[in-house]
Amino acid sequence: MSRIGRFTALALVALWSLAPFLWQLITSLKPDPEITALPPLLPAHITLAHYAAIFTGTPFLRLMANSAVVASGTTLLAVALGALAAFALAKLHVRRRTLILALVLAVSMFPPIATVSPLFLVINALGLRDTLIALILTYTGFALPLAIWLLTGFFHKVPDEIYFAARVDGCTPFEAFRRVLLPLSAPGLITTAILVFILSWNEFLYALSFTATAAARTLPVGIALFPGLHEIPWGEIAAACVAATAPVLLLALGFHRRIVEGLTRGAVKG
Amino acid sequence: MARIRFDSVTKRFGDVTVAQDFKLEIAHGEFFTFLGPSGCGKSTLLHLLAGIEMPTAGDIYFDDRRVTELAPGARDVAMVFQSYALYPHMSVYENLAFPLRNRRTPAARLDEAVAQTARTLGLGDLLDRKPRELSGGQRQRVALGRALIRQPRVFLLDEPLSNLDARLRLEMREELKRLHAAQRITTVYVTHDQEEAMALSDRIAVLQQGRIQQCGTPEEIYRAPANRFVAEFVGNPPMNFLPADALRGIPPLAARLVPSNGRDLVIGVRPTDIRVQASALDTALQAKIVLLEPTGADLWVVGEWNGQRLKGRAETGERLAVGETADFVFSGERIYLFDRASGARID
Repeated sequence: MSRIGRFTALALVALWSLAPFLWQLITSLKPDPEITALPPLLPAHITLAHYAAIFTGTPFLRLMANSAVVASGTTLLAVALGALAAFALAKLHVRRRTLILALVLAVSMFPPIATVSPLFLVINALGLRDTLIALILTYTGFALPLAIWLLTGFFHKVPDEIYFAARVDGCTPFEAFRRVLLPLSAPGLITTAILVFILSWNEFLYALSFTATAAARTLPVGIALFPGLHEIPWGEIAAACVAATAPVLLLALGFHRRIVEGLTRGAVKG
Repeated sequence: MARIRFDSVTKRFGDVTVAQDFKLEIAHGEFFTFLGPSGCGKSTLLHLLAGIEMPTAGDIYFDDRRVTELAPGARDVAMVFQSYALYPHMSVYENLAFPLRNRRTPAARLDEAVAQTARTLGLGDLLDRKPRELSGGQRQRVALGRALIRQPRVFLLDEPLSNLDARLRLEMREELKRLHAAQRITTVYVTHDQEEAMALSDRIAVLQQGRIQQCGTPEEIYRAPANRFVAEFVGNPPMNFLPADALRGIPPLAARLVPSNGRDLVIGVRPTDIRVQASALDTALQAKIVLLEPTGADLWVVGEWNGQRLKGRAETGERLAVGETADFVFSGERIYLFDRASGARID
């Protein structure tokens, strides 16, 4: 295939994926009167008024802080617990490995809506309603299967002989895990961490159900609750969406090389 | 240093039995080799010694101490793996220092030990490099150094030379022998290369399917193989096998076969013990030449006789050509007799 053909194909795919986001970006920069008009697609002049509005007129910063705490907490917990479980599954003699991995996967098969009510009752009983901890614990539960599966795969790629060498060289299993397996799986850990982070950053259903006030609301819920009684502030919603995407985007760009390395590692020998 | 004893060790992986009621003693300071084809269980035996695998039944002793349940780190063994298994994220220095750091060695002694080991193995200039920046031979040296640095009681080597090219393999083989002669650490070596085993070992155990077929010095195993499997596996080129009945017509062999008349035998002759020559001799076996393999020092000749394949050695100047008939001469003293059914050797 020619270079031009390939370039066109890639551009089309990129446009397809990015179009909704670009639409939000354009909307967020349009003055109010132009937002509901089409054409023009592009605004005649650009305004930052919507951005100013979300930072002054809404608890946007509070929402973002909540989201950051929930997403980081979930990531730390899920990667830490997931790595331990994955280590056992990948390198220790665990009986019924395949069965365990299948069960772990089965856990993530439940549709979230089916678990909302029972989880709500549990969280209420624990007195955790409208707290960030409730979200962190719930998300960790749902992120763990993903983390365990990904990390088991990454640890599996570290040759057994390297793990054995560390054991013979005097490491306990945990030391071998910490000093040899973890450093060698860094790309995998980062990949897993970012995927879990994005998952919990974007989660909507549980966040909506388990929170009641700005004390524990996260960005997706907060933004969804922007609409007032009589009008929908499209410009502000768009601005908030763009601003909410920015941290994840920066994170992904920052670790871009590492992620690609992690996702393709072991595909080619050497 | 330590004496090693396998006391009726059995190892199963699921339904597969790798070793059954395995008994063996390895002496202080001995260089002992497990030799066998892949899948014979030799690496598993090494893993059992290292503590990486646990026996299903039976016990392992170092001297008189039972180590069966001891963790690898508590056994004071060191191991060199086939793939070297260096730590890719650490420098050569850190790779060498790793086993000592795990034993909380003081910094000054650690520095000294690394310098000393690096000097012995010629790694002095490479201490800051990462494993991926090293050649195969250098990696092999680092792996050896990492194992030798703390003077273990037992030194385990799992096919350490098989990833090196032919020339480097010979060089490292000499180095291993030199190191063992200097340090006299009890060494257990695993290989499928009979020549390597012969060149290095004090004693060899030839294994097939987790069973010792023969255990002895390289000399004993080569001169007096216990059975057909050992005879075929040890020696290069491999031994020829011919049905005994077909050879009863040849006078020098017939005499040797008389005591065992009536038994179903197979005769084994090493290619090195067969002289191939052009002139016709009536006491020799006349075979058609199908292949000539000059190797510089020797000229190997593959012949076909009554449908049997036969290999022998000719003087390099001998005038031989493929398709012609030549004499394959061998004496009655240099043949081995094996029972066809059991494979056992008969004196």
